[in-house]
Amino acid sequence: MTDIPVLSVRNLVVEIPTRHAVLRPVDQVSFDIARGEILGVVGESGAGKSMTGSAVIGLLDRPARIASGEVYLNGQRIDNLSQAQMRKIRGRGIGMVFQDPLTSLNPLLTVGEQLIETMCEHLDISKADARTRAIRALEEVGIPAADHRIDSYPHAFSGGMRQRVVIALALCAQPALIIADEPTTALDVSVQAQIISLLKRLCRERGTAVMLVTHDMGVIAETADRVAVMYAGRTAELGPVREVLSRPRHPYTEGLMASTPQASLGQHRLRQIPGNMPRLGALPDGCAFHPRCTKGQDVCQRNPGPTLAADAGRSACWFPVTHPKTVEEEV
Amino acid sequence: MSENPALVSVRNMTRRFDVSKPWLNRLIERLPKRILTAVSDVSFDIPERQTYALVGESGSGKSTIGKMMVGLLAPSEGAVTINGIDLSRETSAQAMDAARAQIQMVFQDPYASLNPRWRVGKIITEPVAARGGDVTGLAARLLEQVGLSADVADKFPHEFSGGQRQRICIARALSSQPKFIVCDEPTSALDVSVQAQVLNLMSDLKTDLGLTFLFISHDLTVVRHMADRIGVLYLGRLVEEAAPDDLFQNPLHPYTRMLLDAAPKLDGFGREAPPPVGEIPDPINPPIGCAYNPRCPLVQDICRQQRPELRSIGKGRVACHLA
Repeated sequence: MTDIPVLSVRNLVVEIPTRHAVLRPVDQVSFDIARGEILGVVGESGAGKSMTGSAVIGLLDRPARIASGEVYLNGQRIDNLSQAQMRKIRGRGIGMVFQDPLTSLNPLLTVGEQLIETMCEHLDISKADARTRAIRALEEVGIPAADHRIDSYPHAFSGGMRQRVVIALALCAQPALIIADEPTTALDVSVQAQIISLLKRLCRERGTAVMLVTHDMGVIAETADRVAVMYAGRTAELGPVREVLSRPRHPYTEGLMASTPQASLGQHRLRQIPGNMPRLGALPDGCAFHPRCTKGQDVCQRNPGPTLAADAGRSACWFPVTHPKTVEEEV
Repeated sequence: MSENPALVSVRNMTRRFDVSKPWLNRLIERLPKRILTAVSDVSFDIPERQTYALVGESGSGKSTIGKMMVGLLAPSEGAVTINGIDLSRETSAQAMDAARAQIQMVFQDPYASLNPRWRVGKIITEPVAARGGDVTGLAARLLEQVGLSADVADKFPHEFSGGQRQRICIARALSSQPKFIVCDEPTSALDVSVQAQVLNLMSDLKTDLGLTFLFISHDLTVVRHMADRIGVLYLGRLVEEAAPDDLFQNPLHPYTRMLLDAAPKLDGFGREAPPPVGEIPDPINPPIGCAYNPRCPLVQDICRQQRPELRSIGKGRVACHLA
């Protein structure tokens, strides 16, 4: 039981057929998330990180579809389930926290009604029980005077409070996995720190696995146990967060770290990665990063980097950046 | 700081917005008028060729200040003077026009701030064309200056990525050869690698053209990177002002300290700091005394009764009783 990861994604490929070509926003992505683990998925816009999350929870918008690959939740394959079966998994098996807390709550129902509905749908409990539990859930996420606020509508809450309600909603049916898609991007730094710390605490207490999708390397560093760096639909680098961020092996990760301003470094010229992320319709042959890479060689133009397996391997690069010492050796 | 005269100076700037319900509702429901004070009593100077940064969370009034600096909003009280010309009180149209030509603005969202029906060349030269200036060859020169190729002048904005659009916005801001540019969150809609390109471009332009910037941002690390002086805003008031090194190494106001602690750090692996408490209070009914007192860990009785004045400490200014 303990050996089976909560979520296993194997060689996931998402395709969008268009008139001109078939686009691949997610290409051969594999990873595992263990119980109680937080996997950070980081990348710039268009890297395929949100699309991976949507594919896992079965919420891909047509015409996007899973073309190949497998998704397992607690050892059970879920990518080939019907919509009706998937509905049972959503909420009970996988909870979801979206970026914008206002649009992920129903404005016409009180937060209590939404929590109670979710719990009654997935758990075998009475409405009265569900209400007690809903109040407890709101207290747990730090909403003051929860027994009064439960009858308020979402518009009566501030942005940070709304995101707390969304987290309570995602956790109320006790799912094994939470997919948090940019949960703090719309929030101020002080509120972001509150929400991140809340998410960490609740997941640690319950052993919930988390897939944290974000573009913020700082949030990843402080929150995630492991990190997957995505570029143009593929995993560029996968490994323990400390390793990947302080000793990046893929030139893209290295560039990303160097272009992030850091307060501790004072004023220096930022290193910039030349160019832009390629559009999906115009991906270069070979490694998608090679036109922007300083170390690009012939092989990079012909072959995409080695595909990353879920457990082994660090970077999908033919010429990984080498560092004098790895973190383990240093410790 | 003293060797350069102030190009822009802001004196006791206050801006109130009337957010009352319509008068009939007020009459029937016997409601009082509701006034939101977005900015109150803010004063600072920006010397020539320097970057002054304003940081704060949402609702702190930073964008309102930006709009008043370029004359898009008039201050309720106080004044903005640019090269000695008071933007809201100057009566000579000629002097006003000259002052306005020296100010430009770069907005946050490069998708919303470019006219989708105009070609890039026309967008960029508009500030000059509107004053009847000569625009031959101008678009090509500006595009190259911001790192785009000259032949994109015939394209439409939708053909560009976010970073390229922000470069176009910067090119437009440069076209009338301004001295002073207000940048309202210029990189917060951009990805990090693109943000680095735009920030580097802005520092280059500052050095090459001798520009003066007001840089508005919520991101302290970006601000640290760009600014010569930083002002921290909370609920419409300046709570601390200092040089970047001083502010980051020795923040004097508890709010600044909280902001610095709360910002995620790239080397903060597994950091378990207790998160800040509370949220920004309602700006219509701000707390009595220091606006930060309900969230402040050091709060004392005096903070709940008296509003601290902004006073000089060392090389900076702080509004805290306990600093």
